[in-house]
Amino acid sequence: MSELEITAAASARPGDQDDQQDGRPGSPSSGPRARPSVVEIAAGLLALFLLVAAIAPRLLAPGDPLAIDPLSAFGAPSWSHWFGTDESGRDIYTRVIDGARDSLVIGVSATLIGLGLGAVLGTVAGTLGTAVDFTVNRFLEVLFAFPGLLLALLFILVFGPGAGSAIVAVGLSTAPGYARIIRAQLLRVRSSAFVEAATVQGLGRGRILARHILPNTLAPLLVLGTLGVGQAIVWAAALSYLGLGAQPPAAEWGAMLAAGRTYITSAWWMSFFPGLFIVLTAVCATALGRAIERRMRHA
Amino acid sequence: MSAADATRLAAPAGGPPPVPALAVRNLSVGFGSQTVVRGVSLELAPGECLAIVGESGSGKSVTARSLLGLAGAGAQVSADELSLTGESVLGLSESAWRRRRGRDVGLVLQDALASLDPLRPIAREIGDSLRLHTRLDGAERDRRVLEVLAAVGLPDPELYAGRRSGELSGGQRQRALIAAALALDPPLLIADEPTTALDVTVQAQVLDLLEEIRDRGTAILLISHDLAVVSRIADRIAVMHDGRIVETGTPNEVLGHPSHPETRRMLAAVPVDKPRGSRLAPVIATQPPPATEQIDDAERLFVAERTRAATGMTPATGSDLALEGIGLNKTFRGPHGTVQHAVADVSFSLPRGRTLGIVGESGSGKTTTARLALALTAADSGEVRLLGEPWSALPEKQRRARRRLVGAVYQDVLASFDPRLSVREILRHAVAVAAPDVRDGTNRRAGEARVGALLNDVGLSPTLLDRRPTDLSGGQRQRVGIARALASRPQILICDEPVSALDVSVQAQVLDLLDELQRELALSLLFISHDLGVIQHVSDQVAVMHAGRIVETGSAEQVFAAPTHPYTQALLAAVPRLL
Repeated sequence: MSELEITAAASARPGDQDDQQDGRPGSPSSGPRARPSVVEIAAGLLALFLLVAAIAPRLLAPGDPLAIDPLSAFGAPSWSHWFGTDESGRDIYTRVIDGARDSLVIGVSATLIGLGLGAVLGTVAGTLGTAVDFTVNRFLEVLFAFPGLLLALLFILVFGPGAGSAIVAVGLSTAPGYARIIRAQLLRVRSSAFVEAATVQGLGRGRILARHILPNTLAPLLVLGTLGVGQAIVWAAALSYLGLGAQPPAAEWGAMLAAGRTYITSAWWMSFFPGLFIVLTAVCATALGRAIERRMRHA
Repeated sequence: MSAADATRLAAPAGGPPPVPALAVRNLSVGFGSQTVVRGVSLELAPGECLAIVGESGSGKSVTARSLLGLAGAGAQVSADELSLTGESVLGLSESAWRRRRGRDVGLVLQDALASLDPLRPIAREIGDSLRLHTRLDGAERDRRVLEVLAAVGLPDPELYAGRRSGELSGGQRQRALIAAALALDPPLLIADEPTTALDVTVQAQVLDLLEEIRDRGTAILLISHDLAVVSRIADRIAVMHDGRIVETGTPNEVLGHPSHPETRRMLAAVPVDKPRGSRLAPVIATQPPPATEQIDDAERLFVAERTRAATGMTPATGSDLALEGIGLNKTFRGPHGTVQHAVADVSFSLPRGRTLGIVGESGSGKTTTARLALALTAADSGEVRLLGEPWSALPEKQRRARRRLVGAVYQDVLASFDPRLSVREILRHAVAVAAPDVRDGTNRRAGEARVGALLNDVGLSPTLLDRRPTDLSGGQRQRVGIARALASRPQILICDEPVSALDVSVQAQVLDLLDELQRELALSLLFISHDLGVIQHVSDQVAVMHAGRIVETGSAEQVFAAPTHPYTQALLAAVPRLL
C-alpha cells in the first residue's frame, strides 16, 4: 500500500484538527475492548463446559450413562456419585453430562430451523411487494394464533414423537416470531438513509439488497439466535418431559426430569440436576446473547 | 406582542434586592479523571442577561447544569462559592435541590419536543411545578397557567392550554417550555440553547420574549454556541473554551475587540456578510504529498483526468445548465385526507460550475426539492433535466448509469453510512460503484490509491481509514461524506443542509473545503440550507422558498442587498447579526 504511505507523509491536515472537542480520542470501540463482566465470564466458562460435554462427554464423565447397577439404585449425591443415582442405579452426573449433546443439538438445530424459516418468510414478505407481504403476514397471524407449544404438539401429533420431530416442531413454532422481527428489520433498513445514499451513488437494487440491506438485517439474528437457543432447549425439554421428544433410556434432560417425577419426594436429585442444567443452559445462552448484543451496539 | 400587556411576572415593584441572582466562584466540575469545567466564576444581577458562549465540548452546558445540581451522576463539583439569590447551594442534598428547582431557578432546554410529555396537555405540564411548590388550588393553578401562557406570547391561551406538545409548532413549543420555567416566577432563568432548533423568524420572536422577561427583572443565563444570537440580548458575554472562561465583557467589547484567539476564531467563522470565496477558517499549513516515483499509473491517470475536469474540458454536452428544474409539483397525502403541497410550481436552474443556494425555513419544501433533484422522489408534474438531458423522466434503470454525475451530501451524514462499514470500506465501495473496472482484483491497488487520494482531497489523514464513522467527530464525518460524494467524480453536488449539525468553526472549515473543491473540480453546487448566512456566503444564485414555492430568485448580491419579496425581507430582518 505504498500509495497510502505517500499520503500519510502529508502530515498536518485541516480535517484532523477540526473540533477535537467532540472527536473523542479514546472512544470505547477504538480503544481497548469493553471488559467482560463476571456474569459474562461465568456464562462463557459454562458454555465451554457444555461444549466439551457435548463433544467429548467421556472426558468429563468416564462412566457409561446406560450402565445399570441395581444395588446402588436411588443413591443420594455422594463422593462416588456426585449427583446421586436413579431407579436403575445409573449415575446421574454421567447421564447429565451425556445429555448435554442431545439438548444442545436439539436447541441449536431447532433454532436454526426457526431462524432459517423465519429469514426466508421475512425476506420474502419484505422484498417481494405488497401482495406477497400481505399473504405472508396473514399466514404468520394464523400461526401466531396458536401458542407456540401447541403448534409443536400438533406437529408431533401428525409425525409421531422422537428427537427429530421435536427439533422440527420447536423450529416451526419459533419461526413466526423470527419472521416478524426480520421483516420489520428489513423494512427499517430498506428505508434508512444509507440505502438511499447507495441509490444516489448509482448502485443497482440487487447489489443494494446484497451489500447493505441483507447484512444489516441479518446481523442482529446472531443475537436473536443465541437468545433463542436457550428457549429452544427449554421447549425441547418440555416436549421430552411430556414423552414426545427424545425417548428413554436416552439421557436427555427433559426425559430424565420426567423419569424422576415419580420419585420426587424420595429422590429429589433425579429431577433436580437435569432441571438445574436446563436452567443453567438457558441462562447461559441468554447471557451470551446479551453480551454479543452489547458489543454489537458498541461497535 | 400580547405579552406586553400581560401580567407582570417580576417580583413586586420596589427595587430589586441588592443580592445577586447568581454568584459562582471558582467552579470546577470533573468526571472521573477528566476535568471539564475549570475555575469558572460568574455573577449575575437581577434583570441582567449573561450569555455563556462556546463550541460543543467547551463545558458550557455542564456549567449550567451544575447550577441546578444536575451535573450528572459521577460528577465531582467543587467551588469556593455557589449561591442562588444569596443562599449557598453548595453540596445541597437531592431533596433540597428538588425544592429549589423551578422555584429559585427555571431551566429552558433546546429540545422542546423531548422536554414536554407528548401525552399531556401543556397546561398540565406547566401546572406541575405549581402543584409541587405551591398550595394553590386547581382553579388558581389554572388561572396562573393561563397567565404565564399569555405572558410568553401564546395567542389565545385558553385554546393552547389544552393542546399536547405534538400539536404545537416549534416556536409555540419553545414558548410553552419557557412558560413552564416561569410558572413559579423564579429569580433566575437558565436557557440552554433555547433557539438552536428554531427557524430564524421564530428565533427572533423567542429572543424578543427572553428580552422582555429580562426587562421584567428576571436574571437570565443564556447558553449558546452562536455569538450572533447572543449579541442581541446579552448584557455581558462570557466566552468558554476548554472548560475555562477565556473572555468576558459587554457584547461591544467581546465582538468589537475580541482579546482571546478563541473568540477571534469563532467570530471569523461566522459566514454572515462574508463575501463569496473568502475563507472562514485559518489555513492550516498542508504539506503537499512528496512527489515520488511510487505514484503509480492509476494515480497519474486520475490526476490527469481531474486536471481536465478542472479546465472544463469535460466531454461536451449541449447545455450550459448543470441542473434544471421545470415546473415541479409534489403533493403528499396527510392523514384525514389532507393534501400537502410540499413543492408547488418550482423551477430553478443551476449553471455549470456555479452554486445555487436554496434557502427557506423548515417545511418550506427545500428537502423535497433536493429529493426531486436527486430523482429519489417522482414529481407529480414537471421535470428535472441534467446537463441538458432528461433526468427525472428516465426510468431508474437508465438513470442509474448517469447517477455518478450527481453526488449528494447529507445533513445527518452518520445515518447515510452503512453502520457496519469502516471509512475505508465506505470509500472503497463508492469508488467501486463509480468505476466498475476497479471491482475485479486486478485494479484493487488503483482503488486503494483512489481512496487515499479522496481522503487527501477532503483533508483527512489516512490514519482514520480503519475507523468507523461513529468514532469520528462531526466535522470529520462530514468530510468522509463529501469524499464519498466525490468518489464518482460527479459534476454536480447536491448538498442538503450539509453544515447544520456542525459547530461554527467546523462549519467554516467544511464550507471552505466545499469552496476549494468546487473551484478545483469545476463542480456545480445545489446548496440547500435554512441558514441565510451560509447561503449568502456560498451562493452565486439564490432561491428563497416559502410554503413550497420559490418566492424570490436572483443573484446572491441582488437578493441579499435588495430583497423584493416581503417574505425575503422578513427573513433577512430576522437574521441575528454580529454588531
